[in-house]
Amino acid sequence: MTQNIINLVNVSKNYNGTEALKSVNLYIRKNEFLTLLGPSGCGKTTTLRIIGGFEEPNSGEVLFNGVNINSIPPFKRKVNTVFQKYALFPHMDVFENIAFGLKIKKMDKKTIQKKVRNILNLVNLSGYEQREINSLSGGQQQRVAIARALVNEPEVLLLDEPLGALDLKLRQEMQIELKNMQKRLGITFIYVTHDQEEALSMSDTIVVMKNGSIQQIGTPIDIYNEPKNPFVADFIGESNIISGVMIRDYFVKFAGCYFECVDRGFTDNEPVDVVVRPEDIKVVSEEESNLKGEVRAVTFKGVHYEMLVRNNSIRWKIQSTTMAPVGSRVGLLILPDDIHIMKKVTVK
Amino acid sequence: MKKNWMSYPYIVWMLIFIFIPLLLVLFYSVTMRTDQGLIFTLDHYQRFLEPIYLKVLFRSIYLAFICTVLCLVLGYPMAMILAGNDFKRKNIMVFLFVIPMWMNFLLRTYAWMTLLERRGLINTFLSWLRLAPLNLLYTQEAVVLGMVYNFLPFMVLPIYSVLSKIDQQLIEAAEDLGADSVTVFRKIIFPLSLPGVISGITMVFMPAVTTFVISRLLGGGQFTLIGNLIEQQFLYVGDWNFGSAISMVMMLVILLSMGVMSRYDKEHEGGGLW
Repeated sequence: MTQNIINLVNVSKNYNGTEALKSVNLYIRKNEFLTLLGPSGCGKTTTLRIIGGFEEPNSGEVLFNGVNINSIPPFKRKVNTVFQKYALFPHMDVFENIAFGLKIKKMDKKTIQKKVRNILNLVNLSGYEQREINSLSGGQQQRVAIARALVNEPEVLLLDEPLGALDLKLRQEMQIELKNMQKRLGITFIYVTHDQEEALSMSDTIVVMKNGSIQQIGTPIDIYNEPKNPFVADFIGESNIISGVMIRDYFVKFAGCYFECVDRGFTDNEPVDVVVRPEDIKVVSEEESNLKGEVRAVTFKGVHYEMLVRNNSIRWKIQSTTMAPVGSRVGLLILPDDIHIMKKVTVK
Repeated sequence: MKKNWMSYPYIVWMLIFIFIPLLLVLFYSVTMRTDQGLIFTLDHYQRFLEPIYLKVLFRSIYLAFICTVLCLVLGYPMAMILAGNDFKRKNIMVFLFVIPMWMNFLLRTYAWMTLLERRGLINTFLSWLRLAPLNLLYTQEAVVLGMVYNFLPFMVLPIYSVLSKIDQQLIEAAEDLGADSVTVFRKIIFPLSLPGVISGITMVFMPAVTTFVISRLLGGGQFTLIGNLIEQQFLYVGDWNFGSAISMVMMLVILLSMGVMSRYDKEHEGGGLW
């Protein structure tokens, strides 16, 4: 219990009758980098805003270090937020923006100056104190926004898609910087994004959400390798999701063939969903394969080729460093380790 | 450059109706018709420096200043209410607020006369309560009241328009950094609304300092303002030269106040009227 800095207990939120959050339960450990991941409208930003105090849940409890903070206004919470569009104060320069929170705490001038200088150093913007906000680039504004939040030494930092407006290269740099900062400062980060790569590369824990409820909580590796349902499998990376039948433990039938697998615990002959990652399918000669098919399309993606291979009525998406020409017949090899079996979810 | 000719009608218009009349006013203000014909002189300006006229000038500026301050004090909260989040009520409020502006300005001012008169509505009500009637009409306060009533929308609307454009996230960001609602207002909302405030001040101060109808109707001619003075010179006294000189002084006052305002405005974000 002491380890958990934030607990959400059965938290629900309605907006004019539509449910944004459906009884969400979540605990966040001290010093972890937790990412709320999901498509837009899944409730991830609402969750963040409830933790930040900008929304009050309709029911349920928000516990901060074990104390209910449901009705504590944002300015009394020990969390700070980095907003999606930065929300820097346009009538103040960089120094005044960053010092805003410190001045409210009535710190003396020298301490404020020192703290601002240190934090600017941390975000690689030394010497930018007197710059106007409007004269900064997107990436620099982003850093100022992070500095403005971090300088208050919050116990938890909330980040609402902070890298959304940056271009790819800058985004990747900032991802690494953010992760480093989080490790160095030992602050709990709660990060909202719809970008699965971002989530996978930065997080200690990923919370996948959809339609206001949590689909899966786990480490990036768990979530990638053991998705709990087809939605998670599809949202985190690309997947081939095929209907199959679990003949018995460690033995599954799909695409008209029988495969050995590593899953167990299903009833015999239970219909299941089978997930195979595109990069886990090996393209081999037809003799050593367990599936055969015809190449329908090939796209060059840089590191690998993406191929669509048709076998019976199933189109397999395959990522491979070797290329087979369109129209050729190839063999596909799927190893037991690469087959992920999931309970069938009734289609809504 | 291609469509330059499209601006010609406007240039002609401005020449005929703004530039030439202005020149004429300037010309009248520095000339005098004597027996020897037309001579150039600064006499009219000198005459304006007489205490009796300066007093009128200062009274005009003083009343306009009071009016502007009252409009700001009344108008700012009003603008904040209008810019608030309650969507349905907001439209109705803006609507109600704008309706009086559709009515004729004179009519509105006459309406105040019937309210404030010795046997007007307010005094009737007071006597009904067995209270002594009040001297309301033809006072300085009545003039200020008339100005505030007529010019309040010019204060509220620019502030409202700036306030409603302030990004809600900025307010949330300030709250997030520990600012309570008073601090949020002082450090974020008010500074960001300054362009609107400055537009509002200019838009109220200018008509207030030049008005002559309000002071005549509600002041009963006892409180001559600079507008009345100009009106008198042109319509009743027939001294166009002196009238023009006063007009030039008036323009100077307005230009100066606008200059001060716009300089102040530039320190902050633009987006106001000027």
